[in-house]
Amino acid sequence: MAWRSEPPLLAGRAALVTGSSRGIGEAIARALAAHGADVALHGLHDPEALTAQAAALAAEFGVRTLALVGDVADPAAVKGWFQTLFAQWKRLDVLVNNAGVMEGALLGMATPAMIDRVIDVNTKGAIHVLQAGARLMTRHHRGSIINVTSILGTQGGAGQAVYAASKAALLGLTWSAAKELAPQGVRVNAIAPGYIDTDLVRALPPAVQAERAAAIAMGRVGTPADVAGVALFLASDLAAYVTGQVIGCDGGLRA
Amino acid sequence: MSQPRDRLRAAFRTALGLAGDAAVDDLAYRAVPQWDSVAHMQLVATIEAEFDIMLDTDDVIAMSSFAVACTIVGKHGVAI
Repeated sequence: MAWRSEPPLLAGRAALVTGSSRGIGEAIARALAAHGADVALHGLHDPEALTAQAAALAAEFGVRTLALVGDVADPAAVKGWFQTLFAQWKRLDVLVNNAGVMEGALLGMATPAMIDRVIDVNTKGAIHVLQAGARLMTRHHRGSIINVTSILGTQGGAGQAVYAASKAALLGLTWSAAKELAPQGVRVNAIAPGYIDTDLVRALPPAVQAERAAAIAMGRVGTPADVAGVALFLASDLAAYVTGQVIGCDGGLRA
Repeated sequence: MSQPRDRLRAAFRTALGLAGDAAVDDLAYRAVPQWDSVAHMQLVATIEAEFDIMLDTDDVIAMSSFAVACTIVGKHGVAI
């Protein structure tokens, strides 16, 4: 983010961004840190690399950082991260539920193992993290939870039924949690990115990439920073009266 | 500083919106209109903040009375 506010928009806030070792999650973590938030990074594996990334972020922006490693699909691991967060920072103000896996398959070729993994990470993992995060936030009667879903979750896509289902579930999670937590001062919203330039989509065949890019009304592929801007808005008090919303970030893409 | 048991009683009164002198030692979940599921989560947050502890989900579900709450808080290192 190029612009700044004084005092920083998120000064004194503590944030956790799951799946922040790269891609959209990394960009969101950077944006939150750049605007004054202490940020806990999370990655599936490679604690050394994540710790180095956290140290670099702390040095660059003068904020506190943590590195949390493990699988969001493992409730015991999630519980451990929140115990660490509580022990270190005693609070959580911003939670970005971003960790996910993208596996495409035609309906007839989706194996039970693949279905389990996608639902376990994208849906059940998000629920585990939201459950624990909300508990920390309600202590202080304030917080912003941001679920990163997908345009595939709002519009569907051929060959992506399982992934789309896993992300569509986050819409119900967002709407329900928003209603349940609003009386306690916790806002819950979702971002639905479209075609964003990340490792996940770069792995698609070039012909598929070209076809998708051509369907974007704004004429360009999105960047992780585009999504991070929306997350920053939702995380901050600029969105103090916004809850239960799903905000598209897709340049006018129609899946 | 009040005794832990008195602090827990005060947490119950605050979270459930009870009078300052209301008896809480025999309270049980849903035995009074004020202790419904929504108030239960508020009660959990109030207890966690009061004692600077973090309850497990199993604790949240099991906390069915003031007496059980004493046991749970004690499990988290509070001498109650």
